[in-house]
Amino acid sequence: MDHERPDVLRSPHPGGRGQWAARILVVAIAGLAVFLGMSMATQRPASAEGETIRVTLATSLSGPIEGVEVTVTDDSGDEVAQGDTDDKGRFDAELPGPGDYTVTIDADDLPEGVSAAATERQVSVAQAEVERPAFGLSDGSTGGGGGAGRILQLLVEGLRFGLLIAICAVGLSLIFGTTGLTNFAHGELVAIGAIVAWFLNVDAGVPLIAATAIAMVVGGLVGWLNDVALWGPLRRRGSGLVAMLVISIGLSLALRYLLNIVFGGRSQPFSDYRGQRANDYGPVSLTDKDLYSIAISLVVLVMVALMLQRTKIGKAMRAVADNRDLAASSGINVDGVIRFVWIVGGSLAALGGVLFGLSDEVSWDMGFKLLLLMFAGITLGGLGTAYGALLGSIIVGVFVQLSTLVIADELKYVGGLLLLIVILVVRPQGLLGSRARVG
Amino acid sequence: MSEFLDILALSVKSLVSQSAVFFALMGVGLNLHFGFTGLLNFGQIGFALLGGYGVAISVSMWGLPLLVGVLIGVVASFVLALLLGLPTLRLRADYLAIVTIAAAEILRLAFRSTPATPVTGATRGLSGFGQDFYSLAPFETQRTYEFLGSTWTGREIWACLIGWILVTLFSLLIWQLMRSPWGRVLKSIREDEDAVRSLGKNVYSYKMQSLILGGVIAGFGGMILVLATGSANPDQFQNANTFLAYAALILGGTARVLGPVVGSMILWFIIAFSDAGLAALIRNGLIPDEILSAPDVANIRFILVGIGLMLLLIFRPQGIFGDRREIVLDAH
Repeated sequence: MDHERPDVLRSPHPGGRGQWAARILVVAIAGLAVFLGMSMATQRPASAEGETIRVTLATSLSGPIEGVEVTVTDDSGDEVAQGDTDDKGRFDAELPGPGDYTVTIDADDLPEGVSAAATERQVSVAQAEVERPAFGLSDGSTGGGGGAGRILQLLVEGLRFGLLIAICAVGLSLIFGTTGLTNFAHGELVAIGAIVAWFLNVDAGVPLIAATAIAMVVGGLVGWLNDVALWGPLRRRGSGLVAMLVISIGLSLALRYLLNIVFGGRSQPFSDYRGQRANDYGPVSLTDKDLYSIAISLVVLVMVALMLQRTKIGKAMRAVADNRDLAASSGINVDGVIRFVWIVGGSLAALGGVLFGLSDEVSWDMGFKLLLLMFAGITLGGLGTAYGALLGSIIVGVFVQLSTLVIADELKYVGGLLLLIVILVVRPQGLLGSRARVG
Repeated sequence: MSEFLDILALSVKSLVSQSAVFFALMGVGLNLHFGFTGLLNFGQIGFALLGGYGVAISVSMWGLPLLVGVLIGVVASFVLALLLGLPTLRLRADYLAIVTIAAAEILRLAFRSTPATPVTGATRGLSGFGQDFYSLAPFETQRTYEFLGSTWTGREIWACLIGWILVTLFSLLIWQLMRSPWGRVLKSIREDEDAVRSLGKNVYSYKMQSLILGGVIAGFGGMILVLATGSANPDQFQNANTFLAYAALILGGTARVLGPVVGSMILWFIIAFSDAGLAALIRNGLIPDEILSAPDVANIRFILVGIGLMLLLIFRPQGIFGDRREIVLDAH
């Protein structure tokens, strides 16, 4: 499906890998860095001409590092390419063909204060692919040294990620609570929001904040359409839980691959807020967009909580989730409430999608990636409870980030999914759920 | 016209080709889970992945004989079923669905990750484990044959032959099992778990047996897939494939022994026909490039399958041969 993408970009969370790592370690990891690579990311070639090893050396403090000698040797030890990194900190080695190569950087050429975790990397280059070896450059800035600083940094990262998951998951949880539907197509609402904002921002030049507002309106419309065109009629027919699960999977597949055609197989960043440098806040350092992401998520989630707690429609939602028949007989318009839940869920999902696109780039399958983490969060918190979804999502986000202390960065989502399975063994009703829902 | 005949020949070939075999095996396993026991397994592809990689890793990385590899694949699928079943089989249907889909995704991500390279070959996958398998063929596997109006390599024929033999054997097994008291217990679990429990049957244990047997059948599917394609790659085991198998199963008829087999053949006929047909329409300029380009065609099948699944479940959940009364549409 996406055979033309370079190998690294086929990672389950493209681009994000680089960017997360960059911020987690407060050092840019060479090559994968969306951080600096963002400026050239949209011009990434659709398919590489030949086999290439691209070395990018940069850290968040020093910026791109120029003039470091890079040597590439093949598996018999013969030198195939040598040169210095340019003013973008980059060196491209054109290779004679696919195979195993050793890339060495000269540590003596690195500027003062910058050290490399390794100066030699083994890479396997496949046919027509660009490999980007990482050297784990560290500039000694906050958190980079590991220990307590790094844990604190990861906690904040995790909080940001968890809040983002929560924004996406609140809708999923409310829909489950009010209709009993486990909606596997909820991830696509997230992706649609991000992709609408991306087209507006990159193709039409709308500023991202305005684009996000429009995307949230579109997300709300899509949610509304979901209910009007599909789930409402099915509910009235009395479709069973299993039938609805499979239908939601069908919808998810159809939408996901439609998005693949519309958006393309590669992941792409927004055109605004690229390449921000991290600022230090005590022991933690964050880019402005991370900070705003946390702030926006918090404000929105507090608003959702206030709505649920204080407003008439919010109380109606909780009533429907608690006991549908009782709610109906006390005069609540159940279908109206459910429709409202879909609209709110759709626009929150769109917002979550934009926030995820801001930190990890926009991609056609971002929804599915987040969906499983949303399930993890919701299950942990307790299926169907709005506050449970919030709490569970934050824990999942923090867990995913902290897991990078012990497992490889690219496997961090695996940690989140394993957590999901462990929760079901230990406490299937979740933290705030009741036993009765487990079935 | 000749182009149309080519497309038709290609589609006829895919009625019995390796994809049809693979999804038939996945579907036979799913039928046991979903059709007969009422278990909503959304991670069937994970079992196939373990079966396929069981053979690939044992033969090409560890240098073990093919038969040992098959055994390892079977054991791996068996263990996965145990691990997934233990926490979830007591819970409601959607929990099993979420956990199985997550487990399949965990496996795929783990197998394609860089730290796993020494064992799984990461994104490049593994190859060169098929020699033993093909040397068993009683005919020349190096040359090509004309068959059903299309060209087949000897390897394809051998892999598909073995595949269809497996499909036949497992279908016979399921047929016999479903006539046995064991099968009747499974079907009663599907209909009313509590009633079965009140008769003193251990529902949990029966569900587990069903999950294991169906998972192992999918494991065999994975083995045929990697042997037929000559390589094991994590991206062959995308979670969307589980739902292709569901589509095949539901199309053919859930809770019918031959439902998934016939469904898989029809599904692949439709997919091959639409793939080749769309490609021809694009090639001849009948569909402008801006709307749909050649690389997009592979995605169309998932869109069609997704829409097909929805329509089937809404309008004809029993598929072609099924009986509506036997389809699990609601969780207990």
